Amino acid sequence: MKFWRKPLDLDQVVIPHGDVIIIKDRCKGCGFCVEYCPKGVLQMSEEFNIKGYHPPIVVKSGECVNCNLCEMLCPEFAIYSVPAPEDETLGGAEESLSTVEATKEEKTWRRTLRAS
Amino acid sequence: MSKVIDRPEVAKEQHPVAPLLRMDRIPHIWCPGCGIGTVVKCFATALQETEVDLNKLAIVSGIGCSGRAAGYMKLDGFHTTHGRAIPFATGLKLARPELKVVVFSGDGDLAGIGGNHLIHSARRNQDLMVILVNNFNYAMTGGQNAPTTPTPAKTSTMPYGNFEHPFNVPHLVASCGASYVARWTSLHVRRMTKSFKEALNRKGFRFIEVVTPCATLYARLNKLGLGLDLMRFYHQESEIRNGADTRDVAIGYQSKIICGKFVDEDRPSYLETMHEYYRKVLGDKYVPTPPEGGMLREQN
Ligand code: SF4
Ligand code: SF4
Ligand code: SF4
Repeated sequence: MKFWRKPLDLDQVVIPHGDVIIIKDRCKGCGFCVEYCPKGVLQMSEEFNIKGYHPPIVVKSGECVNCNLCEMLCPEFAIYSVPAPEDETLGGAEESLSTVEATKEEKTWRRTLRAS
Repeated sequence: MSKVIDRPEVAKEQHPVAPLLRMDRIPHIWCPGCGIGTVVKCFATALQETEVDLNKLAIVSGIGCSGRAAGYMKLDGFHTTHGRAIPFATGLKLARPELKVVVFSGDGDLAGIGGNHLIHSARRNQDLMVILVNNFNYAMTGGQNAPTTPTPAKTSTMPYGNFEHPFNVPHLVASCGASYVARWTSLHVRRMTKSFKEALNRKGFRFIEVVTPCATLYARLNKLGLGLDLMRFYHQESEIRNGADTRDVAIGYQSKIICGKFVDEDRPSYLETMHEYYRKVLGDKYVPTPPEGGMLREQN
């Protein structure tokens, strides 16, 4: 981490570590989370989700500081962060970062949409 | 995959505020790049963090894009006719004073169609928390000119630009007597949430204006880019000035947006004034409404 001034209690500060979870199919690709993540953890992906938008993907796994900013900014309730499990804090957090499926209701909604 | 989720009630494919939303109605209808969802998220977080009793809370909306919020939140709520969110909420509060009543609606609905109700509710210091989502136009009906549209922004009914003088809504309600007045943009997520939390635990007329991007109409008609471009604009051009004189906080077209908590005063609310006055003039003959007295309380 870069500091513009070294904090006096640097040795005591524990930098939190988080996992960011993206509910890919709920995203509408607005880019708020990518723009304002302080650690540049996210990037818009090339891939399309079920609605035809580009959801974000995690590009710097392990850098997330669990600040919740992406969660607060997302207007679609499509991204959130949780504290990373302790033992994965020292690297290897890759596999704990994930993209999850939408809820059952949303799948039903999709089916209705296709049927109509 | 090992994963620790510190909020066990939240299923993995859900979201921390999912318990407060009607998930069967999500995805919502708001456009990509619209900021209303962010305001709903912040309000839901404020409810979770203040741990208010959700059975003693009601949300009332009018018509408009922001008016959909009452339907998306898993709270007792009502989606009223255009502009009538405040009168409905007033009736609710007077009949059930033990409830916390929150009005969540847009600028066209609250300041335009229901402008009269807004000023009188502020004048009475009615016990309501009002969240006004300001996107500078009547978005749901097609981007018509609103009383908050800055000059000379273009709207669908003002294709050559708006020449009408817009309302400075925080000043309007503050001068009428509101006891809590704040303004944020949808980028100020933490401060907005803090304001919601403060306002939830206050009495009297609490007014929070949130400036949000309307990507589809306001931004498109004025060639301002996407929702994200408006967020970047808020990032550059908003200034936090707590306690600012509300006369100085009018919003111009693409000019500085002054944010902050402008008014925070402890003034007797409508119900308190009413009880006090009637006790004085009627003495023992006065039967106050619940929870201070009256029928409903005895039945409970
Ligand atoms: S929680 Fe914070 S650091 Fe982690 S991805 Fe979201 S915005 Fe970035
Ligand atoms: S903020 Fe939400 S909707 Fe916008 S790109 Fe990120 S995940 Fe998608
Ligand atoms: S029309 Fe504007 S305010 Fe309404 S949902 Fe779309 S972007 Fe949001």
